[in-house]
Amino acid sequence: MEITDQKIKELSHLAKLSFKSEDKDKIKSELGQILNFCEKLNELDTEGVEPLVYMSDRTNHLRPDVVKPSLNKSDALKNAPDADSDYFRVPKVIKK
Amino acid sequence: MHFNTLQHLQQELVAGRVSCVQIVESYLENIRNNKHLNAFLEVFEAEALANANQVDKKVQNKNQGKLAGLVIGLKDNISYTGHAVSSSSKILEGYTSVYNATVVDRLLDEDAIIIGRLNCDEFAMGASNENSAYGPVLNAQDNSRVPGGSSGGSAVAVQANLCRVALGSDTGGSIRQPSSFTGTFGMKPTYGRVSRWGLLAYASSFDQIGPVTSSVEDMAAVLEVIAGPDENDATVSETAVPAYSKNLKSSGKKRIAVFEDCLTADGLAPEIKTHLNQAIDALKADGNEVEMVSFPYLDYMVPCYYVLTTAEASSNLSRYSGLLYGHRSTEAHDLESTFIQSRTEGFGPEVKRRIMAGTFVLSSDYYDAYYTKAQKVRRIIQQETEKILKDFDFILLPTTPTEAFKLGEKANDPIAMYLADIFTVQAPLAGIPAISLPTGTMDSGMPFGLQLMANHYEEQDLLNMSKYLFELMED
Repeated sequence: MEITDQKIKELSHLAKLSFKSEDKDKIKSELGQILNFCEKLNELDTEGVEPLVYMSDRTNHLRPDVVKPSLNKSDALKNAPDADSDYFRVPKVIKK
Repeated sequence: MHFNTLQHLQQELVAGRVSCVQIVESYLENIRNNKHLNAFLEVFEAEALANANQVDKKVQNKNQGKLAGLVIGLKDNISYTGHAVSSSSKILEGYTSVYNATVVDRLLDEDAIIIGRLNCDEFAMGASNENSAYGPVLNAQDNSRVPGGSSGGSAVAVQANLCRVALGSDTGGSIRQPSSFTGTFGMKPTYGRVSRWGLLAYASSFDQIGPVTSSVEDMAAVLEVIAGPDENDATVSETAVPAYSKNLKSSGKKRIAVFEDCLTADGLAPEIKTHLNQAIDALKADGNEVEMVSFPYLDYMVPCYYVLTTAEASSNLSRYSGLLYGHRSTEAHDLESTFIQSRTEGFGPEVKRRIMAGTFVLSSDYYDAYYTKAQKVRRIIQQETEKILKDFDFILLPTTPTEAFKLGEKANDPIAMYLADIFTVQAPLAGIPAISLPTGTMDSGMPFGLQLMANHYEEQDLLNMSKYLFELMED
Protein backbone atom coordinates (compact mmCIF):
# COMPACT_ATOMS: atom_id res chain seq x y z
CA MET A 1 0.00 0.00 0.00
CA GLU A 2 1.48 3.29 -1.16
CA ILE A 3 0.45 6.10 1.18
CA THR A 4 0.28 9.48 -0.54
CA ASP A 5 0.55 12.99 0.92
CA GLN A 6 -3.11 13.42 0.12
CA LYS A 7 -4.00 10.30 2.15
CA ILE A 8 -2.02 11.59 5.15
CA LYS A 9 -3.88 14.89 4.84
CA GLU A 10 -7.27 13.13 4.82
CA LEU A 11 -6.39 10.80 7.70
CA SER A 12 -4.94 13.52 9.89
CA HIS A 13 -8.06 15.58 9.29
CA LEU A 14 -10.22 12.66 10.45
CA ALA A 15 -7.92 11.83 13.39
CA LYS A 16 -7.60 15.50 14.43
CA LEU A 17 -3.81 15.38 14.36
CA SER A 18 -1.28 17.43 12.48
CA PHE A 19 2.17 16.47 11.24
CA LYS A 20 4.95 18.88 10.39
CA SER A 21 6.89 18.25 7.18
CA GLU A 22 9.61 15.92 8.57
CA ASP A 23 7.08 14.05 10.75
CA LYS A 24 4.79 13.79 7.73
CA ASP A 25 7.39 11.84 5.72
CA LYS A 26 8.04 9.61 8.68
CA ILE A 27 4.38 8.77 9.35
CA LYS A 28 3.87 8.24 5.61
CA SER A 29 6.58 5.60 5.39
CA GLU A 30 5.72 3.98 8.73
CA LEU A 31 2.04 3.74 7.88
CA GLY A 32 2.95 2.18 4.54
CA GLN A 33 5.12 -0.40 6.31
CA ILE A 34 2.43 -1.22 8.88
CA LEU A 35 -0.25 -1.62 6.23
CA ASN A 36 1.99 -3.81 4.06
CA PHE A 37 2.61 -5.96 7.10
CA CYS A 38 -1.16 -6.20 7.67
CA GLU A 39 -1.83 -7.17 4.06
CA LYS A 40 -0.53 -10.60 5.00
CA LEU A 41 -4.13 -11.28 6.07
CA ASN A 42 -5.18 -11.42 2.40
CA GLU A 43 -3.42 -14.78 2.09
CA LEU A 44 -6.10 -16.37 4.26
CA ASP A 45 -9.34 -17.50 2.65
CA THR A 46 -12.16 -16.02 4.71
CA GLU A 47 -14.97 -16.76 2.27
CA GLY A 48 -18.17 -17.42 4.23
CA VAL A 49 -16.61 -16.55 7.62
CA GLU A 50 -18.69 -14.24 9.81
CA PRO A 51 -16.71 -11.33 11.28
CA LEU A 52 -16.08 -11.74 15.01
CA VAL A 53 -17.46 -8.54 16.54
CA TYR A 54 -18.34 -9.21 20.17
CA MET A 55 -16.04 -11.08 22.54
CA SER A 56 -18.49 -11.28 25.41
CA ASP A 57 -20.65 -14.38 25.80
CA ARG A 58 -23.48 -12.27 27.20
CA THR A 59 -26.44 -11.24 25.09
CA ASN A 60 -29.36 -8.98 25.94
CA HIS A 61 -28.49 -8.76 29.57
CA LEU A 62 -31.21 -6.58 31.10
CA ARG A 63 -31.07 -4.79 34.42
CA PRO A 64 -33.79 -2.90 36.31
CA ASP A 65 -34.04 0.73 35.21
CA VAL A 66 -33.23 2.43 38.50
CA VAL A 67 -32.42 6.13 38.73
CA LYS A 68 -29.10 6.55 40.49
CA PRO A 69 -26.78 9.52 40.98
CA SER A 70 -23.75 9.66 38.72
CA LEU A 71 -20.91 12.19 38.86
CA ASN A 72 -21.90 15.40 40.63
CA LYS A 73 -21.26 18.71 38.90
CA SER A 74 -18.15 19.69 40.81
CA ASP A 75 -16.50 16.32 40.18
CA ALA A 76 -17.45 16.46 36.51
CA LEU A 77 -15.87 19.90 36.18
CA LYS A 78 -12.84 19.09 38.33
CA ASN A 79 -10.57 18.15 35.44
CA ALA A 80 -11.85 20.71 32.95
CA PRO A 81 -9.11 22.75 31.26
CA ASP A 82 -11.50 25.70 31.54
CA ALA A 83 -14.83 26.00 33.33
CA ASP A 84 -16.94 28.30 35.43
CA SER A 85 -19.01 27.05 38.37
CA ASP A 86 -21.60 25.40 36.15
CA TYR A 87 -20.25 24.86 32.66
CA PHE A 88 -17.28 23.72 30.63
CA ARG A 89 -15.81 26.61 28.71
CA VAL A 90 -14.71 25.90 25.15
CA PRO A 91 -13.27 28.19 22.48
CA LYS A 92 -15.76 30.11 20.44
CA VAL A 93 -17.58 27.83 18.00
CA ILE A 94 -19.61 30.28 15.92
CA LYS A 95 -17.72 32.82 13.87
CA LYS A 96 -19.23 36.25 13.69
CA MET B 1 11.56 -9.31 55.03
CA HIS B 2 10.48 -12.02 52.63
CA PHE B 3 7.37 -14.18 52.48
CA ASN B 4 6.94 -16.68 49.66
CA THR B 5 3.19 -16.32 49.54
CA LEU B 6 0.54 -13.94 50.82
CA GLN B 7 -0.80 -16.77 52.94
CA HIS B 8 2.55 -17.13 54.68
CA LEU B 9 2.71 -13.36 55.22
CA GLN B 10 -0.77 -13.36 56.72
CA GLN B 11 0.15 -16.14 59.16
CA GLU B 12 3.01 -13.98 60.41
CA LEU B 13 0.73 -10.95 60.51
CA VAL B 14 -1.89 -12.69 62.62
CA ALA B 15 0.80 -14.12 64.91
CA GLY B 16 2.01 -10.54 65.49
CA ARG B 17 5.51 -11.25 64.18
CA VAL B 18 5.22 -8.56 61.51
CA SER B 19 2.95 -5.56 60.91
CA CYS B 20 1.56 -3.96 57.77
CA VAL B 21 3.37 -0.75 58.69
CA GLN B 22 6.69 -2.62 58.77
CA ILE B 23 5.92 -4.24 55.43
CA VAL B 24 5.05 -0.92 53.80
CA GLU B 25 8.16 0.72 55.28
CA SER B 26 10.32 -2.01 53.85
CA TYR B 27 8.83 -1.52 50.37
CA LEU B 28 9.20 2.25 50.65
CA GLU B 29 12.88 1.76 51.39
CA ASN B 30 13.27 -0.53 48.38
CA ILE B 31 11.51 2.06 46.23
CA ARG B 32 13.87 4.79 47.43
CA ASN B 33 16.89 2.60 46.68
CA ASN B 34 15.64 1.76 43.18
CA LYS B 35 14.51 5.14 41.89
CA HIS B 36 16.75 4.74 38.85
CA LEU B 37 14.49 1.94 37.57
CA ASN B 38 11.73 4.54 37.03
CA ALA B 39 9.06 1.95 37.83
CA PHE B 40 6.84 4.28 39.87
CA LEU B 41 5.34 7.49 38.51
CA GLU B 42 4.07 8.32 41.99
CA VAL B 43 4.39 6.72 45.42
CA PHE B 44 1.48 7.17 47.84
CA GLU B 45 3.86 7.11 50.79
CA ALA B 46 1.95 8.79 53.64
CA GLU B 47 -1.34 7.30 52.55
CA ALA B 48 0.03 3.76 52.29
CA LEU B 49 1.47 4.04 55.80
CA ALA B 50 -1.81 5.38 57.17
CA ASN B 51 -3.74 2.57 55.49
CA ALA B 52 -1.24 0.03 56.80
CA ASN B 53 -1.87 1.33 60.29
CA GLN B 54 -5.63 0.88 59.79
CA VAL B 55 -5.19 -2.67 58.54
CA ASP B 56 -2.93 -3.48 61.51
CA LYS B 57 -5.78 -2.40 63.80
CA LYS B 58 -8.18 -4.63 61.91
CA VAL B 59 -5.77 -7.55 62.27
CA GLN B 60 -5.69 -6.95 66.03
CA ASN B 61 -9.49 -6.93 66.05
CA LYS B 62 -9.56 -10.02 63.84
CA ASN B 63 -11.80 -8.38 61.25
CA GLN B 64 -9.28 -7.91 58.41
CA GLY B 65 -10.08 -8.58 54.76
CA LYS B 66 -8.77 -11.35 52.54
CA LEU B 67 -5.91 -9.26 51.19
CA ALA B 68 -4.67 -7.82 54.51
CA GLY B 69 -0.93 -7.26 54.27
CA LEU B 70 -0.92 -7.21 50.48
CA VAL B 71 0.95 -4.17 49.19
CA ILE B 72 0.00 -3.57 45.58
CA GLY B 73 0.93 -1.13 42.81
CA LEU B 74 -1.42 -0.03 40.04
CA LYS B 75 -0.48 0.40 36.41
CA ASP B 76 -0.98 4.05 35.52
CA ASN B 77 -4.13 3.33 33.54
CA ILE B 78 -6.28 2.19 36.48
CA SER B 79 -8.43 4.85 38.15
CA TYR B 80 -8.18 5.49 41.89
CA THR B 81 -10.36 8.30 43.24
CA GLY B 82 -8.46 11.44 44.20
CA HIS B 83 -5.24 10.20 42.60
CA ALA B 84 -3.61 11.13 39.34
CA VAL B 85 -3.84 8.69 36.43
CA SER B 86 -2.25 9.43 33.07
CA SER B 87 -1.63 6.26 31.05
CA SER B 88 1.91 7.67 30.97
CA SER B 89 0.68 10.32 28.53
CA LYS B 90 1.22 14.09 28.54
CA ILE B 91 -2.36 14.47 27.38
CA LEU B 92 -3.56 13.46 30.85
CA GLU B 93 -1.01 15.48 32.81
CA GLY B 94 -2.74 16.86 35.90
CA TYR B 95 -5.80 14.63 35.56
CA THR B 96 -7.27 13.28 38.82
CA SER B 97 -9.60 10.28 38.94
CA VAL B 98 -13.09 11.13 40.12
CA TYR B 99 -14.14 7.51 40.57
CA ASN B 100 -12.56 4.17 41.41
CA ALA B 101 -11.97 1.38 38.95
CA THR B 102 -14.01 -1.65 40.04
CA VAL B 103 -10.79 -3.58 40.69
CA VAL B 104 -9.64 -0.80 43.04
CA ASP B 105 -12.92 -0.88 44.99
CA ARG B 106 -12.57 -4.63 45.37
CA LEU B 107 -8.93 -4.50 46.45
CA LEU B 108 -9.65 -1.82 49.05
CA ASP B 109 -12.70 -3.70 50.36
CA GLU B 110 -10.38 -6.63 51.13
CA ASP B 111 -7.76 -4.39 52.79
CA ALA B 112 -5.08 -4.39 50.13
CA ILE B 113 -2.72 -1.40 50.51
CA ILE B 114 -2.15 0.58 47.31
CA ILE B 115 1.38 1.94 47.30
CA GLY B 116 1.56 3.89 44.06
CA ARG B 117 1.06 4.08 40.33
CA LEU B 118 3.36 2.40 37.90
CA ASN B 119 4.97 3.55 34.68
CA CYS B 120 3.86 1.97 31.39
CA ASP B 121 3.92 2.57 27.66
CA GLU B 122 1.69 5.51 26.70
CA PHE B 123 -1.91 4.29 26.58
CA ALA B 124 -0.54 0.74 26.99
CA MET B 125 0.86 0.82 23.45
CA GLY B 126 4.27 -0.77 23.34
CA ALA B 127 6.41 -3.77 24.13
CA SER B 128 9.38 -2.09 25.83
CA ASN B 129 8.06 0.71 28.07
CA GLU B 130 10.08 3.12 25.92
CA ASN B 131 6.89 4.85 24.79
CA SER B 132 6.16 6.40 28.19
CA ALA B 133 6.05 10.20 28.29
CA TYR B 134 7.83 9.84 31.64
CA GLY B 135 10.85 7.93 30.38
CA PRO B 136 11.64 4.24 30.05
CA VAL B 137 11.58 1.73 32.90
CA LEU B 138 14.81 -0.24 33.31
CA ASN B 139 14.99 -3.99 33.73
CA ALA B 140 16.20 -4.55 37.31
CA GLN B 141 18.32 -7.52 36.30
CA ASP B 142 20.26 -5.63 33.64
CA ASN B 143 19.72 -1.88 33.46
CA SER B 144 20.75 -1.74 29.81
CA ARG B 145 17.71 -3.84 28.90
CA VAL B 146 14.02 -3.07 28.64
CA PRO B 147 11.48 -4.56 31.07
CA GLY B 148 9.02 -5.27 28.26
CA GLY B 149 5.72 -3.54 27.93
CA SER B 150 3.34 -2.14 28.14
CA SER B 151 3.07 -3.00 31.88
CA GLY B 152 6.84 -2.54 32.33
CA GLY B 153 6.58 -0.64 35.61
CA SER B 154 4.25 -3.31 37.04
CA ALA B 155 6.65 -6.11 36.14
CA VAL B 156 9.77 -4.34 37.43
CA ALA B 157 8.02 -3.33 40.67
CA VAL B 158 7.48 -7.04 41.43
CA GLN B 159 10.88 -8.08 40.02
CA ALA B 160 12.73 -5.57 42.24
CA ASN B 161 10.52 -6.22 45.27
CA LEU B 162 9.06 -2.69 45.32
CA CYS B 163 5.59 -4.07 46.11
CA ARG B 164 4.20 -7.56 46.58
CA VAL B 165 1.86 -7.60 43.57
CA ALA B 166 1.12 -5.19 40.74
CA LEU B 167 -1.90 -4.89 38.52
CA GLY B 168 -1.27 -4.51 34.82
CA SER B 169 -3.46 -4.59 31.76
CA ASP B 170 -3.00 -6.95 28.83
CA THR B 171 -4.20 -6.19 25.31
CA GLY B 172 -1.75 -8.18 23.18
CA GLY B 173 0.70 -9.40 25.80
CA SER B 174 1.21 -6.33 27.98
CA ILE B 175 1.24 -8.34 31.22
CA ARG B 176 2.79 -11.62 30.08
CA GLN B 177 5.58 -10.27 27.86
CA PRO B 178 7.08 -8.04 30.62
CA SER B 179 6.59 -10.91 33.08
CA SER B 180 8.74 -13.07 30.83
CA PHE B 181 11.38 -10.32 30.59
CA THR B 182 11.53 -9.81 34.37
CA GLY B 183 11.18 -13.34 35.76
CA THR B 184 7.77 -12.75 37.30
CA PHE B 185 4.38 -14.47 37.03
CA GLY B 186 1.83 -12.70 34.83
CA MET B 187 -1.76 -13.51 33.98
CA LYS B 188 -4.24 -12.33 31.40
CA PRO B 189 -7.68 -13.55 32.50
CA THR B 190 -10.47 -14.60 30.13
CA TYR B 191 -12.08 -11.66 28.33
CA GLY B 192 -15.09 -10.89 30.55
CA ARG B 193 -13.61 -12.25 33.78
CA VAL B 194 -12.48 -8.92 35.26
CA SER B 195 -14.33 -5.60 35.01
CA ARG B 196 -12.75 -2.92 32.84
CA TRP B 197 -14.66 -0.12 34.58
CA GLY B 198 -12.11 2.58 35.40
CA LEU B 199 -9.43 1.13 33.11
CA LEU B 200 -8.34 3.76 30.59
CA ALA B 201 -9.37 2.10 27.34
CA TYR B 202 -6.96 1.11 24.57
CA ALA B 203 -8.75 -1.66 22.61
CA SER B 204 -11.98 -2.58 24.34
CA SER B 205 -12.51 -6.04 22.83
CA PHE B 206 -9.02 -7.09 24.00
CA ASP B 207 -8.19 -5.22 27.23
CA GLN B 208 -8.16 -7.19 30.48
CA ILE B 209 -6.71 -6.28 33.86
CA GLY B 210 -4.57 -8.95 35.51
CA PRO B 211 -1.92 -9.46 38.18
CA VAL B 212 1.88 -9.60 38.07
CA THR B 213 3.11 -11.60 41.06
CA SER B 214 5.99 -13.62 42.46
CA SER B 215 3.93 -16.80 42.96
CA VAL B 216 0.94 -18.66 41.53
CA GLU B 217 -0.61 -18.52 45.01
CA ASP B 218 -0.69 -14.72 45.05
CA MET B 219 -2.11 -14.70 41.54
CA ALA B 220 -5.01 -16.88 42.68
CA ALA B 221 -5.61 -14.74 45.78
CA VAL B 222 -5.76 -11.48 43.80
CA LEU B 223 -7.79 -12.85 40.88
CA GLU B 224 -10.57 -14.15 43.10
CA VAL B 225 -10.98 -10.68 44.60
CA ILE B 226 -10.94 -8.65 41.36
CA ALA B 227 -12.96 -11.06 39.17
CA GLY B 228 -16.71 -11.26 38.77
CA PRO B 229 -19.82 -9.46 37.52
CA ASP B 230 -20.03 -5.69 37.65
CA GLU B 231 -23.04 -3.59 36.77
CA ASN B 232 -20.71 -0.98 35.31
CA ASP B 233 -19.22 -3.34 32.70
CA ALA B 234 -21.78 -5.32 30.74
CA THR B 235 -19.08 -7.49 29.13
CA VAL B 236 -18.21 -9.17 32.44
CA SER B 237 -19.53 -12.71 32.65
CA GLU B 238 -21.98 -13.99 35.26
CA THR B 239 -19.97 -17.24 35.34
CA ALA B 240 -19.32 -17.96 39.02
CA VAL B 241 -15.89 -16.99 40.35
CA PRO B 242 -14.38 -20.03 42.09
CA ALA B 243 -12.37 -19.71 45.31
CA TYR B 244 -9.18 -19.88 43.24
CA SER B 245 -6.76 -19.78 46.16
CA LYS B 246 -8.62 -22.32 48.29
CA ASN B 247 -8.94 -24.72 45.34
CA LEU B 248 -5.36 -24.21 44.25
CA LYS B 249 -3.53 -27.51 44.00
CA SER B 250 -0.64 -28.64 41.89
CA SER B 251 -2.22 -30.95 39.37
CA GLY B 252 -0.78 -32.46 36.25
CA LYS B 253 -1.50 -35.61 34.20
CA LYS B 254 -3.12 -33.53 31.53
CA ARG B 255 -3.29 -33.37 27.76
CA ILE B 256 -1.15 -30.57 26.41
CA ALA B 257 -0.80 -29.27 22.87
CA VAL B 258 2.40 -27.69 21.59
CA PHE B 259 2.45 -25.84 18.27
CA GLU B 260 5.09 -27.18 15.90
CA ASP B 261 4.91 -23.79 14.25
CA CYS B 262 6.11 -22.09 17.43
CA LEU B 263 9.11 -24.35 17.77
CA THR B 264 10.16 -23.63 14.20
CA ALA B 265 9.29 -19.91 14.26
CA ASP B 266 11.91 -17.53 12.88
CA GLY B 267 13.56 -15.58 15.63
CA LEU B 268 12.90 -18.05 18.45
CA ALA B 269 16.06 -17.99 20.58
CA PRO B 270 17.77 -21.43 20.61
CA GLU B 271 17.97 -21.45 24.41
CA ILE B 272 14.23 -20.84 24.68
CA LYS B 273 13.55 -23.63 22.20
CA THR B 274 15.75 -25.99 24.21
CA HIS B 275 13.96 -25.00 27.40
CA LEU B 276 10.55 -25.63 25.82
CA ASN B 277 11.73 -29.08 24.72
CA GLN B 278 12.97 -29.78 28.26
CA ALA B 279 9.56 -28.81 29.60
CA ILE B 280 7.89 -31.16 27.12
CA ASP B 281 10.19 -34.02 28.19
CA ALA B 282 9.61 -33.32 31.87
CA LEU B 283 5.83 -33.23 31.36
CA LYS B 284 5.89 -36.53 29.44
CA ALA B 285 8.13 -38.19 31.99
CA ASP B 286 5.67 -37.22 34.71
CA GLY B 287 2.71 -38.84 32.99
CA ASN B 288 1.26 -36.01 30.91
CA GLU B 289 0.34 -36.44 27.27
CA VAL B 290 2.07 -33.85 25.13
CA GLU B 291 1.35 -33.71 21.43
CA MET B 292 2.68 -31.60 18.62
CA VAL B 293 -0.11 -30.01 16.64
CA SER B 294 -0.05 -27.80 13.60
CA PHE B 295 -1.36 -24.25 13.96
CA PRO B 296 -0.55 -22.51 10.70
CA TYR B 297 -1.83 -19.08 11.78
CA LEU B 298 1.17 -17.75 13.65
CA ASP B 299 2.13 -15.25 10.94
CA TYR B 300 -1.40 -13.84 10.75
CA MET B 301 -1.92 -13.17 14.43
CA VAL B 302 0.12 -10.00 14.86
CA PRO B 303 -1.27 -8.35 11.67
CA CYS B 304 -4.82 -9.28 12.73
CA TYR B 305 -4.16 -7.88 16.18
CA TYR B 306 -2.79 -4.61 14.79
CA VAL B 307 -5.68 -3.93 12.42
CA LEU B 308 -8.26 -4.49 15.15
CA THR B 309 -6.49 -2.78 18.05
CA THR B 310 -5.50 0.31 16.07
CA ALA B 311 -9.12 0.63 14.89
CA GLU B 312 -10.42 0.39 18.44
CA ALA B 313 -7.70 2.74 19.71
CA SER B 314 -8.50 5.42 17.13
CA SER B 315 -12.10 5.29 18.29
CA ASN B 316 -11.38 5.12 22.04
CA LEU B 317 -8.80 7.90 21.97
CA SER B 318 -11.14 10.31 20.20
CA ARG B 319 -12.34 11.26 23.70
CA TYR B 320 -9.10 13.19 24.25
CA SER B 321 -10.32 16.35 22.59
CA GLY B 322 -8.99 19.04 24.90
CA LEU B 323 -12.53 20.02 25.91
CA LEU B 324 -13.68 18.17 29.04
CA TYR B 325 -10.42 17.01 30.62
CA GLY B 326 -6.79 16.55 29.82
CA HIS B 327 -4.41 18.82 27.94
CA ARG B 328 -5.77 21.85 26.08
CA SER B 329 -3.35 23.66 23.82
CA THR B 330 -2.73 27.33 24.57
CA GLU B 331 -1.90 27.81 20.87
CA ALA B 332 -5.43 27.03 19.73
CA HIS B 333 -7.85 29.79 18.78
CA ASP B 334 -11.03 27.98 17.75
CA LEU B 335 -12.73 24.63 18.27
CA GLU B 336 -11.07 22.76 15.39
CA SER B 337 -7.59 23.96 16.28
CA THR B 338 -8.26 23.07 19.94
CA PHE B 339 -8.87 19.47 18.91
CA ILE B 340 -5.91 19.30 16.57
CA GLN B 341 -3.35 21.23 18.63
CA SER B 342 -4.26 19.59 21.95
CA ARG B 343 -4.03 16.09 20.50
CA THR B 344 -0.89 16.82 18.48
CA GLU B 345 0.90 18.23 21.53
CA GLY B 346 -0.48 15.65 23.98
CA PHE B 347 0.05 12.30 22.24
CA GLY B 348 3.43 10.67 21.67
CA PRO B 349 4.63 9.22 18.34
CA GLU B 350 3.49 5.59 18.81
CA VAL B 351 0.00 6.66 19.88
CA LYS B 352 -0.26 8.92 16.82
CA ARG B 353 0.95 6.09 14.58
CA ARG B 354 -1.75 3.78 15.89
CA ILE B 355 -4.50 6.39 15.71
CA MET B 356 -3.53 7.07 12.08
CA ALA B 357 -3.41 3.34 11.23
CA GLY B 358 -6.76 2.80 12.94
CA THR B 359 -8.30 5.75 11.14
CA PHE B 360 -7.07 4.27 7.86
CA VAL B 361 -8.49 0.77 8.43
CA LEU B 362 -11.83 2.26 9.50
CA SER B 363 -12.10 4.70 6.59
CA SER B 364 -14.92 3.86 4.19
CA ASP B 365 -12.66 2.92 1.24
CA TYR B 366 -10.63 0.39 3.24
CA TYR B 367 -13.04 -0.76 5.96
CA ASP B 368 -13.92 -4.10 4.36
CA ALA B 369 -10.46 -4.84 3.03
CA TYR B 370 -8.75 -4.34 6.41
CA TYR B 371 -11.14 -4.10 9.35
CA THR B 372 -13.82 -6.63 8.33
CA LYS B 373 -11.11 -8.92 6.95
CA ALA B 374 -9.29 -8.86 10.31
CA GLN B 375 -12.54 -9.58 12.18
CA LYS B 376 -13.01 -12.64 9.98
CA VAL B 377 -9.45 -13.77 10.61
CA ARG B 378 -10.06 -13.26 14.34
CA ARG B 379 -13.05 -15.61 14.07
CA ILE B 380 -10.86 -18.26 12.38
CA ILE B 381 -8.14 -17.90 15.03
CA GLN B 382 -10.71 -18.17 17.83
CA GLN B 383 -12.42 -21.21 16.30
CA GLU B 384 -9.17 -23.03 15.55
CA THR B 385 -7.90 -22.29 19.07
CA GLU B 386 -11.14 -23.57 20.62
CA LYS B 387 -10.95 -26.69 18.44
CA ILE B 388 -7.53 -27.49 19.92
CA LEU B 389 -8.80 -26.83 23.43
CA LYS B 390 -11.59 -29.36 22.88
CA ASP B 391 -8.96 -32.06 22.39
CA PHE B 392 -6.42 -30.74 24.89
CA ASP B 393 -6.53 -29.21 28.37
CA PHE B 394 -3.83 -26.64 27.69
CA ILE B 395 -1.63 -25.15 25.02
CA LEU B 396 2.03 -24.72 25.98
CA LEU B 397 4.22 -22.20 24.18
CA PRO B 398 7.01 -19.72 24.89
CA THR B 399 5.87 -16.33 26.19
CA THR B 400 8.42 -14.41 24.13
CA PRO B 401 10.77 -15.37 21.28
CA THR B 402 13.77 -13.82 23.07
CA GLU B 403 14.85 -12.53 26.45
CA ALA B 404 14.58 -8.79 27.24
CA PHE B 405 16.19 -6.81 24.46
CA LYS B 406 18.41 -3.74 24.85
CA LEU B 407 17.01 -0.25 25.31
CA GLY B 408 16.84 1.44 21.93
CA GLU B 409 17.33 -1.82 20.01
CA LYS B 410 13.89 -1.85 18.42
CA ALA B 411 12.81 1.72 19.08
CA ASN B 412 13.05 2.77 15.42
CA ASP B 413 11.42 -0.29 13.91
CA PRO B 414 7.70 -0.51 14.72
CA ILE B 415 7.27 -3.89 13.01
CA ALA B 416 10.16 -5.52 14.94
CA MET B 417 8.64 -4.16 18.14
CA TYR B 418 5.20 -5.52 17.21
CA LEU B 419 6.67 -9.00 16.66
CA ALA B 420 7.76 -9.12 20.31
CA ASP B 421 4.10 -10.03 20.89
CA ILE B 422 4.03 -12.96 18.46
CA PHE B 423 3.30 -15.61 21.10
CA THR B 424 1.10 -13.50 23.35
CA VAL B 425 -1.53 -12.10 20.96
CA GLN B 426 -3.33 -15.40 20.44
CA ALA B 427 -4.94 -15.42 23.91
CA PRO B 428 -6.53 -11.95 23.59
CA LEU B 429 -7.49 -12.59 19.96
CA ALA B 430 -9.37 -15.71 21.09
CA GLY B 431 -10.46 -14.18 24.42
CA ILE B 432 -8.96 -17.03 26.46
CA PRO B 433 -6.85 -16.85 29.65
CA ALA B 434 -3.07 -17.29 29.70
CA ILE B 435 -0.28 -17.30 32.27
CA SER B 436 3.44 -16.68 31.86
CA LEU B 437 5.64 -18.63 34.28
CA PRO B 438 9.25 -17.65 35.02
CA THR B 439 10.83 -21.06 34.41
CA GLY B 440 13.72 -20.19 32.10
CA THR B 441 17.10 -18.50 32.38
CA MET B 442 19.46 -17.71 29.52
CA ASP B 443 23.20 -18.32 29.86
CA SER B 444 23.45 -14.57 30.31
CA GLY B 445 21.29 -14.85 33.43
CA MET B 446 18.31 -13.08 31.88
CA PRO B 447 14.97 -14.73 32.66
CA PHE B 448 12.25 -15.80 30.24
CA GLY B 449 8.85 -17.40 30.57
CA LEU B 450 6.82 -20.34 29.40
CA GLN B 451 3.19 -19.72 28.67
CA LEU B 452 0.09 -21.83 29.25
CA MET B 453 -3.29 -21.07 27.68
CA ALA B 454 -6.60 -22.68 28.64
CA ASN B 455 -10.22 -22.48 27.54
CA HIS B 456 -12.59 -19.61 28.46
CA TYR B 457 -13.15 -19.25 32.23
CA GLU B 458 -10.86 -22.16 33.09
CA GLU B 459 -8.60 -20.02 35.26
CA GLN B 460 -8.76 -22.55 38.10
CA ASP B 461 -7.34 -25.36 35.97
CA LEU B 462 -4.86 -22.94 34.48
CA LEU B 463 -3.63 -21.85 37.92
CA ASN B 464 -3.40 -25.46 39.10
CA MET B 465 -1.45 -26.49 36.02
CA SER B 466 0.80 -23.45 36.37
CA LYS B 467 1.65 -24.38 39.94
CA TYR B 468 2.36 -27.93 38.82
CA LEU B 469 4.50 -26.97 35.83
CA PHE B 470 6.46 -24.38 37.79
CA GLU B 471 7.25 -26.92 40.52
CA LEU B 472 8.12 -29.57 37.93
CA MET B 473 10.59 -27.22 36.22
CA GLU B 474 12.16 -26.27 39.57
CA ASP B 475 13.08 -29.90 40.31
